Amino acid sequence: MSTDPAGSPLLSVRGLQKRFGTNHVLRGVDLDVQPGSVTVLIGPSGSGKTTVLRALNALEVPESGVVRVGEVTVDYAARPDARRLARLRAQSGMVFQGHYLFPHMSVLGNVTAGPELVQKRPRDEVEAEARVLLAQVGLADKADQHPFELSGGQQQRVGIARALAIRPRLMLFDEPTSSLDPELVGEVLQVLKQLASKGWTMVVVTHEIRFAQQVADQVLFLDGGVVLESGPPRQVLAHPRHERTQQFLRRILDPL
Amino acid sequence: MPAGTGELVGDAAGPLLQGLVLGTIPLTAISFVLGVVLALLLALMRLSGVRALAVIARTYVSLVRGTPLLLQLFIIFYGLPSLGVTIDPFPSAVIAFTLNVGGYASEVVRAAILAVPRGQWEAASTVGMGYTTTLRRVVLPQATRVAVPPLSNTLISLVKDTSLASTILVTELLRKAQELAAPTFEFFTLYTVAAGYYWVVCLVLSFSQARLERRFDRYVAA
Repeated sequence: MSTDPAGSPLLSVRGLQKRFGTNHVLRGVDLDVQPGSVTVLIGPSGSGKTTVLRALNALEVPESGVVRVGEVTVDYAARPDARRLARLRAQSGMVFQGHYLFPHMSVLGNVTAGPELVQKRPRDEVEAEARVLLAQVGLADKADQHPFELSGGQQQRVGIARALAIRPRLMLFDEPTSSLDPELVGEVLQVLKQLASKGWTMVVVTHEIRFAQQVADQVLFLDGGVVLESGPPRQVLAHPRHERTQQFLRRILDPL
Repeated sequence: MPAGTGELVGDAAGPLLQGLVLGTIPLTAISFVLGVVLALLLALMRLSGVRALAVIARTYVSLVRGTPLLLQLFIIFYGLPSLGVTIDPFPSAVIAFTLNVGGYASEVVRAAILAVPRGQWEAASTVGMGYTTTLRRVVLPQATRVAVPPLSNTLISLVKDTSLASTILVTELLRKAQELAAPTFEFFTLYTVAAGYYWVVCLVLSFSQARLERRFDRYVAA
């Protein structure tokens, strides 16, 4: 592909626009993510950060804007068909705030569902790979249990293994720790850190500022549907230029 | 109590059981299975987001629910012949009950599908599943759990509604009782035994419902 010394971004987003009725949630969002890097999206509620993330795999279909992951490009203004959106979606693994595991399937069944039912890969291979992934998220011994038997943190880690199982190029996390009891947050963030150190390209919507400081290569602060400020964490988080960013960080670091 | 009641009941028990096993039960089972298939189809039409399909399904449900079941039976058995379509009693009854169950149960199925969180559809799509796979592997297994109690209601009603088929000459339990009672005038005894049979069938179904519900609740946290 490119011989650009900086490398070409694995993900690039240009001019995302999205309205929900009269609510203009995205007003032209641009974003570039280098392969193997971690991007953290932060911002107040309603700022559009989750909508941006969901537009990256077409769970949300914006009115306009271009999303490219690897070789797959979707121009939302051109009203892409379902097949094209599915191709884009297949490029990334998604982890939801509410995990959305399939409750009637075993942990192993959740992880093998995509590769087995959709990608039609051989069952033995899929199962072996799923067990490796479960071991990676520290749940090798839970393969035969069902989601309701697990703690919130374990459920979230199964969700991560399920997303990894489709062999995506990019991992997306939508507030993966926001619904968890505080003492369970760490085990999930540990898995994210470990994925980052293995070279996974990740985009994470989160309020965990310390995680962003330690792991992120770039932090984007969204407000009112635009990227107000972006850069390395030591700049955006430690020395924010924008008044809005400073306010936001003060509020979340010291809510009282 | 008239003399020989015990004997009468003993004599009638066999033929009545025959009416139940050869008439009521197959009529109920076939109509219910086909009716639920029709209901699923109607529910998916309403949820499709395609206006024409939704309108067809809504109109159908409205007609089925807005007219008496007995009249629906009569239209199929006594009415259609004047249009040149003559159908035997048993298939006529199957058609009428299937169409009827389809209409009522479609609302149950639709509600059950809507009860599955949208996140399940989304999660399925992020691992690559399309509409049909998502429906079969993710949504319907979860919707079934929600649908079991109301569908059991439909089934139990149907068991008793099939007695209406006696009016179009289907030899099911009630008609068998009528036939046996007519020459002897032992209406009270025979109808009471018939009622007992219906009740036993419904009891068995209620127990099965409870067992089924427990099975489906296995994977749901308390």
